[in-house]
Amino acid sequence: MEGNLNALTTIFTEFYYWVTIVMMFLIHVGFCMYEVGVSRRRNHLKTLMKNAMAIPLVTITFYFFGWWIYFGFPNGPGIAGGLVTAPFAEPWNPLMGTHLSGVNPGETGVTPTDAALWHRLNGVFWGAFLLFSITTASIISGSIIERARSGAFWIVAVLIGSVLWILDASWGWHPQGWMVKLWGYHDAYASGVVHAIAGGAALAFLIVLGPRIGKFRPDGTARDIPPHNVWLVTIGLFLIFTGFWGFYAACNIPLISPATIAGQITGETWTATNIYLAPTTLSAITFNFLMSLSGGMLAGYIVSKGDPFWTFSMGLCGVISTSAGNDLYHPIQAMLIGAIVPSICYKLHYFVERRFKIDDAVGAVAVHGYGGFLGVVVAGFMLWGQPSSPYEGFAHINPLGNFAGAVLMFVLGFVPTFVVCKILNSMNLLRVPKKVELEGVDFALNHAFEASVRELATAEKAMIK
Amino acid sequence: MSTNGMESWAVDLKDVGAIYPFQGSEVVMVIVGLVFWIGWHVLQTRHESAEIEADMAADRSGDETRKAIDRH
Repeated sequence: MEGNLNALTTIFTEFYYWVTIVMMFLIHVGFCMYEVGVSRRRNHLKTLMKNAMAIPLVTITFYFFGWWIYFGFPNGPGIAGGLVTAPFAEPWNPLMGTHLSGVNPGETGVTPTDAALWHRLNGVFWGAFLLFSITTASIISGSIIERARSGAFWIVAVLIGSVLWILDASWGWHPQGWMVKLWGYHDAYASGVVHAIAGGAALAFLIVLGPRIGKFRPDGTARDIPPHNVWLVTIGLFLIFTGFWGFYAACNIPLISPATIAGQITGETWTATNIYLAPTTLSAITFNFLMSLSGGMLAGYIVSKGDPFWTFSMGLCGVISTSAGNDLYHPIQAMLIGAIVPSICYKLHYFVERRFKIDDAVGAVAVHGYGGFLGVVVAGFMLWGQPSSPYEGFAHINPLGNFAGAVLMFVLGFVPTFVVCKILNSMNLLRVPKKVELEGVDFALNHAFEASVRELATAEKAMIK
Repeated sequence: MSTNGMESWAVDLKDVGAIYPFQGSEVVMVIVGLVFWIGWHVLQTRHESAEIEADMAADRSGDETRKAIDRH
């Protein structure tokens, strides 16, 4: 009976994560629509391909080394211990393929314990984390449109998606991560580990890249470059909202027994948990997701004077700014935080644009970077003194731990991206030449398209009797 | 001392109730939430009225309006 219950739980968990992966793909449909909607007509195709090709690039690199980083680095290494061995996450291990839990004669690197746990869960866990990875990379993509070289973005996409974010996840979004153990870091739905780091990376990229031609007037004030298709932008953002449900669900463990959590929780009650294995419920995140989204949209409407782009973006920012604590907040707390933080981020976006001449085409640094950063900081105060983990001896959640964690996330995205962008820039690989930017990055593609249309039309017209 | 009363997860979950921070302040939170909601309608109405006033003052000749009608 116990064996059947375990099997059912495993297969339920496998299916649960598989569904979240499908849902999270909508985030990328949304990102593509959103970016193409924001870009001008002469830049559509390259904008689309720049974002879309991050999917296969991050996927294969996350298979080769990203997944292993998550399990190998929770101690730093060198902060709370050494490198952790994780054979089941190495790309040459049999558990990184179809496996039925036994151990074949001569099969190396597979222990019966690893096989029992990972044979059905490795692929779906990897897939769910991969979709977080692609999201993290995609966040940068929109901010740099219409002048960045696609190849430069794809190098940064691999850096952020398959190395940096998963490293910070190993530190602050892992049941045994050193930031959780030593700092009491709490970031249940990834305000910092996904959004702040991506925002930091986007800001670094934008600083080195510079603004689009025409973005700033000779006196230094900013011009508005309106989206060419506000409907596409809207549908894109709504698809991101929809995919975010999968993102949230994938941050939970759906069903686990107290005994499985090393017996730290007493009694017999099975529960859903957050990534730290501390109890929460799907109902909690449903309440808080919707209330924070609503708080952000309501505040966004007022602050932006009914601008659809910012109203919907601030809805997203509302969710991001509460994600660190949405496993534990009361829905009204989520609504209020989700209203206040995005309003600050909106003001910061225009302040930074004006003061530092940063041209962030989609407001990604504000929505994800500042929203994620402030979300982690707020959670440190709101959840002060609560246990960060069910494991004994871990630091409790506290404002200093979360503040330091938020800084670490932002800086971990900013510094390596800045260095890589500087190197790419020095090799003329970061930005397209001015002539190409003015022609539009699709210039050659559009000409080829028009030539094909002309040729076909001529051929067809010649057949008219 | 923690904001939700939980100091440790070494408990039997069947004995645990609400775990959100600042329990006991639900009524205050609802009042603040209602003020936020009503305040939103006040601000939105003001903004919309200003927008309509600006629309009323615009296009005295009616040329732009005719073009908008033609564009459907």
